[in-house]
Amino acid sequence: MTPSVDPSADEILRFAGVSMRYGRGPEVLSDVSLSLPRGSFHFITGPSGAGKSSLLKLIYLAARPSAGTVRLFGEDVTPMTARDLPRTRRRIGVVFQDLLLLDHLSAFDNTALPLRIAGHKPSEYRSDVAELLTWVGLGARMHALPPTLAGGEKQRLAIARAVVNRPEILLADEPTGNVDHEMALRIYRLFVELNRLGTTVIIATHDQDLVARSARPVLHLDKGRLRPLPPQGPAE
Amino acid sequence: MSEPFDPSRWRPASFLPEEDARDPALLFVVAVLCFLACLTALGVIAGNRAAQGWASQLTGEATVIVRARGGETPDAAAARAAEALAGVPGVTEARALEKEKAYALIKPWLGDVADLDDLPVPRLVAVGLDDKAPATAATLGKALKGHGLDAVVDDHSVWIKDIRHAAGVVRWTAATLLLLIAGAAGAVVAYATRAGLAARRDVVEVLHLTGAEDAQIANLFELRFATIAAISGAAGALAAAILGGVLRLVGGGQGITPALPIAWVDLLAVLPCPVLAALVAAVAARITARRLIQKL
Repeated sequence: MTPSVDPSADEILRFAGVSMRYGRGPEVLSDVSLSLPRGSFHFITGPSGAGKSSLLKLIYLAARPSAGTVRLFGEDVTPMTARDLPRTRRRIGVVFQDLLLLDHLSAFDNTALPLRIAGHKPSEYRSDVAELLTWVGLGARMHALPPTLAGGEKQRLAIARAVVNRPEILLADEPTGNVDHEMALRIYRLFVELNRLGTTVIIATHDQDLVARSARPVLHLDKGRLRPLPPQGPAE
Repeated sequence: MSEPFDPSRWRPASFLPEEDARDPALLFVVAVLCFLACLTALGVIAGNRAAQGWASQLTGEATVIVRARGGETPDAAAARAAEALAGVPGVTEARALEKEKAYALIKPWLGDVADLDDLPVPRLVAVGLDDKAPATAATLGKALKGHGLDAVVDDHSVWIKDIRHAAGVVRWTAATLLLLIAGAAGAVVAYATRAGLAARRDVVEVLHLTGAEDAQIANLFELRFATIAAISGAAGALAAAILGGVLRLVGGGQGITPALPIAWVDLLAVLPCPVLAALVAAVAARITARRLIQKL
């Protein structure tokens, strides 16, 4: 399946001829062009090393393209200075592949982190954070430190942190990589629910079963290039 | 079993691990530096007081050396000089010293001489000067000359100048020492900030990626090290104040020696130490953190 392009839709993300390399290494993304409408739900698939995480990094502004332009929320973010990055990053929620939870903070503190960074007062978000943690099934684990949580609980905590400030776009890098099938489905349903509430969702995954079940559009990467999705079989 | 979590009682935890703020080596080094800084300050205050005391004593006195001439006896010349000086404005007292006192002054150089009366030993006149409007050496000399006396006036100005110069040297040396100590404290904090940032790079990364500005992250380190420095500064200042108090007690009414008199009120000089230490640490941490975060 090729990337969905709907010129009439409200575009949230556009890549135009984007290439990327780390330092002086080889290109990990080559001439990628895509356009995603606001409120869409996409999977990014492809074998290991295909460039899925790199593509997400470009979107959450942790890396810059070596060629081409990236437009996010209608703005060209390619020339953005370090001073301007936080403002845009606060509009993006990310579930990192290695979760990046802060082990010395409770589940509640981890979840509240983006709101604190954005300068909100605790009285403004206490109840929202508690409600969100309950929604992701961690209502009884709010005080727990991440090292004491099970794999699925950590994943859901990372999701809670990613969506707590109601981002316009939610990125998830292998969010079901370390959980069993049942938990993967529960997490997927969370993403579907968030998307239903208006969040644009992009999930990078190896989980072909999940992709097949969802019947959502797929961006397939192979050797750093967007390719038509193979008719069937695993991505690797 | 632990109590159920109550979100309404939740208070935000520090983004940086609390255990990082209990680095004993850093606490100790900053405390020692603050202790040394406080001791330096106490030393300067006491030294300054001693210098002021000596200078003020010397400023209120002058000595006149009178040599008899003609057929006049030394005692008579000294008595006449005292009388002449007593009437000069700015002089509170003029007193001819007994010849024994004059002999006693030259004894260290001449030893036990059988009959000093054979020597032309000059007599001395001790002159007390008005504190507010003291008579100058020139005025005294003029009055003596007017009475036909052969005399030299020593208003101690050379000594006073030396004492004031010495006190100035002590003050500048102490100021340099304090600057060096502040610089060392800043360097230690900068090193600790660098180590802290390296150790908590994961935290910095998460904060960055969730939208934190460089200044927000730098503020965390700034606040952390300012707090550490304030605590260490208080410990160092307290130790210095205790030592100063002990020296004051064992030294009697005039401190450890009359040359370095510590007063109880001097111990208050250590009070700004925690604040100043926190300020130095905050600046050092902020500069270091901002520079390093920009490179991440």
